[in-house]
Amino acid sequence: MSLLQVQNLVVEFPGRHGTLRALDQLSFEIAPGEILGVVGESGAGKSLTGAAIIGLLEPPGRIASGQILLEGERIDNLPPAQMRRIRGRRIGAIFQDPLTSLNPLYSIGRQLIETITTHLPLSHAQARRRAIELLQETGIPAAQERIDHYPHQFSGGMRQRVVIALALAAEPKLIVADEPTTALDVSIQAQIINLLKSVCKKHGAAVMLITHDMGVIAETCDRVAVMYAGRIAEIGPVREVIHAAAHPYTQGLMSCIPDIEIERARLHQIDGAMPRLNAIPAGCAFNPRCRQVFARCHQERPELMPAATTQAACWLLPSSTSSTSAPLAAALPEAQS
Amino acid sequence: MLAFILRRLVQAALVMVTVALIAFMLFQFVGDPVSQILGQDATAEQVAEVRAALGLDQPVWVQFGHFLYNAVQGEFGMSLRQGTPVATLIAERFPATLELALVAALLALLIGIPLGVYAALRRGSALAQLFMTLSLLGVSLPTFLIGIVLILIFSVHLGWFPSFGRGEVVQIGGWSTGLLTAQGWHHLVLPAITLAIFQLTLIMRLVRAEMLEVLRTDYIKFARARGLSDRAVHFGHALKNTLVPVMTITGLQLGGLIAFAIITETVFQWPGMGLLFIQAVTFADIPVMAAYLCLIALIFVVINLIVDLLYFVVDPRLRLDQSSGH
Amino acid sequence: MKSTLFKWLDSDVGHSFRTSPAALVAAAIALVCGLAALFAPWVAPHNPFDLATLDLSNARLPPAWYPEGQWTFLLGTDDQGRDILSALIYGARISLFVGLVSVLLSVLLGVTLGLLAGYLGGWVDALLMRLCDVMLSFPAILIALLIAGIGHALFPNAPEALAFGVLIAAITLTGWVQYARTVRGSTLVERQKEYVQAARVIGVSSLAIMRRHVLPNVLGPVLVLATIQVATAIITEATLSFLGVGAPPTSPSLGTLIRIGNDYLFSGEWWITIFPGLLLVLIALSVNLLGDWLRDALNPRLR
Repeated sequence: MSLLQVQNLVVEFPGRHGTLRALDQLSFEIAPGEILGVVGESGAGKSLTGAAIIGLLEPPGRIASGQILLEGERIDNLPPAQMRRIRGRRIGAIFQDPLTSLNPLYSIGRQLIETITTHLPLSHAQARRRAIELLQETGIPAAQERIDHYPHQFSGGMRQRVVIALALAAEPKLIVADEPTTALDVSIQAQIINLLKSVCKKHGAAVMLITHDMGVIAETCDRVAVMYAGRIAEIGPVREVIHAAAHPYTQGLMSCIPDIEIERARLHQIDGAMPRLNAIPAGCAFNPRCRQVFARCHQERPELMPAATTQAACWLLPSSTSSTSAPLAAALPEAQS
Repeated sequence: MLAFILRRLVQAALVMVTVALIAFMLFQFVGDPVSQILGQDATAEQVAEVRAALGLDQPVWVQFGHFLYNAVQGEFGMSLRQGTPVATLIAERFPATLELALVAALLALLIGIPLGVYAALRRGSALAQLFMTLSLLGVSLPTFLIGIVLILIFSVHLGWFPSFGRGEVVQIGGWSTGLLTAQGWHHLVLPAITLAIFQLTLIMRLVRAEMLEVLRTDYIKFARARGLSDRAVHFGHALKNTLVPVMTITGLQLGGLIAFAIITETVFQWPGMGLLFIQAVTFADIPVMAAYLCLIALIFVVINLIVDLLYFVVDPRLRLDQSSGH
Repeated sequence: MKSTLFKWLDSDVGHSFRTSPAALVAAAIALVCGLAALFAPWVAPHNPFDLATLDLSNARLPPAWYPEGQWTFLLGTDDQGRDILSALIYGARISLFVGLVSVLLSVLLGVTLGLLAGYLGGWVDALLMRLCDVMLSFPAILIALLIAGIGHALFPNAPEALAFGVLIAAITLTGWVQYARTVRGSTLVERQKEYVQAARVIGVSSLAIMRRHVLPNVLGPVLVLATIQVATAIITEATLSFLGVGAPPTSPSLGTLIRIGNDYLFSGEWWITIFPGLLLVLIALSVNLLGDWLRDALNPRLR
């Protein structure tokens, strides 16, 4: 059974000039233990998806319709007290900037122990032992002493390790990681990504890895979802999406990445820019920029349909001409090859 | 950290010397002490004699040196208005002002901080909006007007509280306190409230603004994402981070109490240093004014130093004596 | 002119203004007070300073709605027979004049010093920052009091112009610091930017750079600060006048009027002091409301 199911999620922002739809009928699933990457340009809605899942949408943003199910139970409509119990205990979160994610006035030990005792019935001493173990797991040297240090006494990479430890403290089954390496040095990024991968595997936690960096996705994820203008353009196993993308947007993205072995005079780019939320075109959101656009693209919005090895929302696909497009309510994880 | 303290001490000394210079200039500019002593018709020799006796024939910087020397010992001469030594006058009046300021400060903190926290946590609620509107009123009301209105309502009309003076005071050593008698407290109520209102308003607005800022930070978001209870997030994390800058700014504001005490003491005829200063101004009693100036500067310099040191104690980021890790 | 007004009204700031009842009311009140004060000789029913028109038989009349009151003296009279309403209007004039001029001078002084400090850097900057730090460690009202008090003691029988000069100077000298700091900060930021360095290389004068690039950026915060400071200045002036070191009794501001009226509080003639007080609070409140609204409207984060 899926760990997380997102079904037709719609997130809106009511404003002075009308209501903006930031996420439009989003649907996907995450299986237990798998790492799903969510990639896209700035403003595509990646972080919003993460925020909606952990229930921390900033007002006036709100979930207008759709469902989010965790282990089969709805969590999008829970009262705040219950949602709070889920946060940390069943879903953990990691944010982008490790410096501002930690309270500068408390030692990291205090912050760890507080999180542990909030969710698990451990005594203070037991919690402290567990905290030290977590720190050791995430690669903090001399954890016994450093547990009483303050965040400013750690370097950027170390702080992100602490953040990972904090996210895992109550043994959640899913971690939403929002750009966890963007604020770090390139040399540290690889370490942190590997750490995240190994630690989550060890604890059996699935990861929703939100990033704009395809390199990180390629290294880490099992599957990847490509987002565009608040919708999923394509979703599938990582290798397939990268090498055999079906959606023109994904194809464009992949060809933008320069290959050191191929000689090129000019870098490839996709003309135009992602539309603003109040100016999303009718039909397929990508149609103004698509080289293979035709009539239907302007009229109807495509849902996710099976392609050769992935699923894409595009009218070019042969499966789009077949029958009833009962929109796939979830993109099922393909068998790993 | 030692270097920091030294630097601040040097700065403080410079400020004090500058203020002393201004005070000294006051003496130079106003009136001629010689004619005040000798009268209008005096011979040239008498004038020269008195000048030499007073040290007025020496170069200015030497006179300043003498002035400093005396000032440091608290010796400012005699009050022109009352004929008693300035130092005695000030020492007499100091307890009255200090007690008033402390009680007002306590009131302002005890009411202002909780109100500010509430206004931040329950932002947009009816009560919070009411507090903010009242706070706007508080900032728009001059302190003296508050005093006058309070007197009008509670003294003239209702007769509940006295409107001037300190009431019965008890002498403990050199200190006269009004806190030990019921009458003393009775007289303290209206002035203390008057003095406290402006500070209370400022503190409330400050606490609310700081807390709203803190509630927007990433670490609060992360704390919520970890499933910490509202109480833990608001009072464990947010409040502590709010109070650190608030506390230090409040320390500086408390100095403002001394300033506003001048006004309050005038309205209520409270026998403190502030009233003494105003009376000195009206009478052009330079020695008293000079002494008040120096004393006030000293008080503020000390307050600022303490507040700076407090930062060190409270914010771990500033404690440089611990090793940084990797 | 009309089209820019419409454009402004339609902008975010204008929309915020139109939909905020507090801002509208505050602006209306401030406008009425301002206009009345400006056109005092025509608006006031009497001239309280024309000794020829004063009649002691009119002294100490209560407001018109009392049985002993008269409708020609709507808010009553003081001990000399002066009409309170007229005195209020003239008093408001003085209060507003002092307040606005002080703030204007503060802004000019602060912005200039801030630009200089930010642009020249070096010891000029260091000196200015030290000075700002020291001045900020003392409460503004105290500094104003000390300056005004010393001025009063040194020149006890000063002519009116000098008295007002000292008063305005006292308030100005306490208010410039925050502008200096804000502008200095912005100047420092802009100075580092490459286009400024490029402009210097090709010979654009520093003055032009500061005027065209730095000033527009700081205009918003300075405007908010200035608006709020007008209220503070008015209150400070009233306080100084109440204490006797501000506006002289020959040209009384609202504060002076309150001071004069304070003596009659206990004999029951409360109107002599309360009405000036009410007007003072009304003006200060509306200006503060406007300042608050302006700050929220110009703050992009709060929208």
